[in-house]
Amino acid sequence: MTTEQESLAPPSPFHGNVRPILNEVMHAIDRLLETDEPTTIDLAGLPFGPGELEHLEAALGTGELSAKLDALGTSRIRETAYPGVWWLEHRNAFDEVVGRYLEITRTPEILSSQDADIIAGRARLEDQFE
Amino acid sequence: MKRTPTVGEVLRAKGVSRRGFLKYCATTASILALPPSMIPRIAEAIENARRPSVIWLSFQECTGCTESLTRSASPTVEGLIFDTISLDYHHTLQAAAGDQAEAARHAAMVENDGGYLVLVDGSIPTGNPGFSTIAGISNVDMLKETVAGAAAVVAIGSCAAFGGIPGANPNPTGAVSVMDLVTDKPVINVPGCPPIPTVMTAVLAHFLTFGAIPDLDKHGRPMTFFGTTIHDRCYRRPFYEQGKFANTFDDEGAKAGWCLYKLGCKGPTTYNACATAKWNSGTSFPIEAGHPCLGCSEPNFWDAGGFYEPLSTGNFDSGEKLAGAAVAGVALGAVAAAAGRRRQAKFTKEG
Repeated sequence: MTTEQESLAPPSPFHGNVRPILNEVMHAIDRLLETDEPTTIDLAGLPFGPGELEHLEAALGTGELSAKLDALGTSRIRETAYPGVWWLEHRNAFDEVVGRYLEITRTPEILSSQDADIIAGRARLEDQFE
Repeated sequence: MKRTPTVGEVLRAKGVSRRGFLKYCATTASILALPPSMIPRIAEAIENARRPSVIWLSFQECTGCTESLTRSASPTVEGLIFDTISLDYHHTLQAAAGDQAEAARHAAMVENDGGYLVLVDGSIPTGNPGFSTIAGISNVDMLKETVAGAAAVVAIGSCAAFGGIPGANPNPTGAVSVMDLVTDKPVINVPGCPPIPTVMTAVLAHFLTFGAIPDLDKHGRPMTFFGTTIHDRCYRRPFYEQGKFANTFDDEGAKAGWCLYKLGCKGPTTYNACATAKWNSGTSFPIEAGHPCLGCSEPNFWDAGGFYEPLSTGNFDSGEKLAGAAVAGVALGAVAAAAGRRRQAKFTKEG
């Protein structure tokens, strides 16, 4: 392929927006290991060209744990192939994506049972004895 | 003023779990472009916020802004209406209700005096009052009567914010913007033709969350969404910096997805969030579809020269000069990015 042909090649998924995010993830992993500080990267505020978001998702791969949350629409919480790096995707009741995040943490907070829900659940359980 | 339930009470009554609420807060932080570290503060604020009453007035408009809002994905307009705001009057949606709609507007104004929000789409004719009336009331009179007891006014779309197409030369109706007529209340401009749905809902979410209007730029636009140009966040910007431009709509550069600057793209001078918020549930935005930005969120965009005339006409006629402009653009982008980081740091610190 000539230089001219190369310069006119169709757009590749590399507009330069994926690599900096992977670099940021790597530094976030370092922070998690060294200071136990979690990091959340909101993917909604970052520029992505056609195919780049899919490229980022493929680059991070799939790990050994995934979860589905049913609350105000479905959410998928999936550990990537890099332990400690989680891909979160929130959808609304119409199954439209309303948020995408990378969380670099041991366990995403939204997976934990929340006190308010635990208290409400205990009250429901107690009602069964009446 | 009657006691309205808090958003937390409304959500709990609907059986929404704390997990669901945290998810709602995370997406709210996202549309407000706030750092995730702000989520706990947002959760606390929303939990205790009361649904604000909203009155929506439609004047010289094409209904495009309402069409845009009703396609808002995050949060949905249904969610906004039932969970977050109390939409007490919307002329376009309630047109068939006639006198009952007008009665609802008056009731909302009395019950929420001093605390309700007025949203306006469309410009206001100042020529013959008969150019545009609702229920026999001229647009000017309805605006002045309704904003008298409002906490703030949100001008939705470029017509309400800057006069828009009705105000374009020769402006046959004497159309003016909301801020031309309302000078004693805070006016938030959310321009665009139409505005991005999530930007409209985010302004309401900000008011709900913080009980105040967001930081505004010199044109009264929320800095969160209008603080950087389309060009600053455009995925095609690397091509601009490499001097790779489409010269026609069907040349090899256009097919390769190169920068549309030479085809009249107004991205470098247009402040809006299209490049990241995108349209149609995040599918794409005009530049991604291969068309230059028209600059629809800037004042008087309709009269600001040809849509397909390069910004640089008369200034940059060669690739070398364009490359020089690109270097200057990088410097400007760096300044804008630094300003954005400072603003984010400020929010983080306050949180």
